[in-house]
Amino acid sequence: MAKHHISTTINGEPVEFLCNTEQTMLDVLRDELHLTGTKEGCATGDCGACSITVDGRLVCACLMLGVEAEGHAVETIEGMADGDKLHPLQQKFLEYAALQCGICTPGFLIASKALLEHNPDPTEEEARYWLAGNLCRCTGYDKIIRAVLDTAADMRGAS
Amino acid sequence: MYAPSFAAPTTVADAVQLLANASGVTRVLAGGTDLLVQLRSGILKPDLIVDTKRIPELRTITTEGGGYRIGASVSGAEAGEHAALSRDWPGVVEAVELIGSTQIQGRASFVGNLCNASPAADAVPALVAAGATVVIAGPNGEREIAVEQVPTGPGRTSLAKGEMVIAVKLPPKPVRTGDAYLRFIPRTEMDIAVVGAGVCVTLDGQGVCRAAKVSLGAVAPTVLVVSAAAAALVGSKLDDAALATLDAAAQAACNPISDKRGTIEYRTRVAGVLSRRAAAIAFKRAGA
Ligand SMILES: Cc1cc2nc3c(=O)[nH]c(=O)nc-3n(C[C@H](O)[C@H](O)[C@H](O)COP(=O)(O)OP(=O)(O)OC[C@H]3O[C@@H](n4cnc5c(N)ncnc54)[C@H](O)[C@@H]3O)c2cc1C
Ligand code: FES
Ligand code: FES
Repeated sequence: MAKHHISTTINGEPVEFLCNTEQTMLDVLRDELHLTGTKEGCATGDCGACSITVDGRLVCACLMLGVEAEGHAVETIEGMADGDKLHPLQQKFLEYAALQCGICTPGFLIASKALLEHNPDPTEEEARYWLAGNLCRCTGYDKIIRAVLDTAADMRGAS
Repeated sequence: MYAPSFAAPTTVADAVQLLANASGVTRVLAGGTDLLVQLRSGILKPDLIVDTKRIPELRTITTEGGGYRIGASVSGAEAGEHAALSRDWPGVVEAVELIGSTQIQGRASFVGNLCNASPAADAVPALVAAGATVVIAGPNGEREIAVEQVPTGPGRTSLAKGEMVIAVKLPPKPVRTGDAYLRFIPRTEMDIAVVGAGVCVTLDGQGVCRAAKVSLGAVAPTVLVVSAAAAALVGSKLDDAALATLDAAAQAACNPISDKRGTIEYRTRVAGVLSRRAAAIAFKRAGA
């Protein structure tokens, strides 16, 4: 079957790509568009390493077909920093050493950003539940949660 | 090489026509949180995938005659954000919100949960207890059946070729009615139900139960409607005797399997306990 021609927006830029039906959005991002910041941990929706947003909604790129992106606005980790200026969450993850190997980090950052847009003042419990679909083998989660809550406090103070 | 076709129609009529005319295996794609896992693991090789998320009427929640019509592609997150639905049918909404993580919630639908026909599907016992129905569109027009009539066994439904679910309907909620859903899993998030229990009750002005429906998930090949458990509640104010009868009736209805999450004996016991706890929440929500 001929490939599908898809027109979408990725990190604010119009993007076109070709894909087969069975290619996931994760395959498209990594293999076709070479946006390799979005990671594959499990490919079954369990680990959250592939987290992206589609029209502002947090989803797993591994559980979405590339063809479904047609006409939608996708955000990935590559769009998080503003040029050289890191997003406050990225800065805080560095300060708190909320990463070790880093494979889970793009997913945690995208999911945490979605959390703060949805709820600027989450409790620790809310943050932990929101991020329950993001797995980390290295950090033990605590530094990640501290970084997210501290960023939330800073961002509330700034606005 | 395996290369499925893909279509994203914008009307129900077009979707039905595509499904009815296709040869081979067809699958509707809602959130894809079951379908893509099956596709990627090679368990399933559909010849045609029909994405229903571009059909506007499948994407909205509307009120209809005092009840709700939830479009078949509405995600769990969208249901949870619907204030009126969450207020009227908290058990149904909490059940769909138990599905997976935030990421899964962003896509997973009630109807995908139902049509995947897993015995452990979380949203299903809650819908059954609430008396929900589904509207099915097919080559011969529309029909409406009770939610419990959809799954016929693990992975199998009563939908015929060319048919698809277009909406879930929740009836107008009678006064002094409350619903609840509880599931037991070995941890607090991201696992498959060992048992799920949905209860819906309607009380009279004195707090006596006048109508009830009890439904259990993960304890039989399909979702169970436990009439004897409902009968134990009717006429009671949820006293100890009613709770004991409810517990026994729920256990008697179970026909579970043993697996790594729980043995037959364990699932059976937990079904009794969860039924009691869900009934207590439902009574409270009904104003007891
Ligand atoms: C990490 C993870 C965690 C999960 N946790 C849970 C959990 O806690 N509890 C739980 O119950 N489930 C869980 N699931 C399973 C899944 O998320 C749910 O069953 C979900 O509700 C499926 O909905 P969907 O819209 O994604 O369905 P899809 O994957 O799109 O579809 C599922 C099935 O239904 C069919 N279908 C979809 N729409 C229609 C329609 N309109 N008409 C006819 N057939 C249709 C599809 O063809 C397919 O066979 C989990 C899945 C993952 C990946
Ligand atoms: S790679 Fe998508 S959730 Fe793990
Ligand atoms: S930092 Fe290694 S998995 Fe999270």
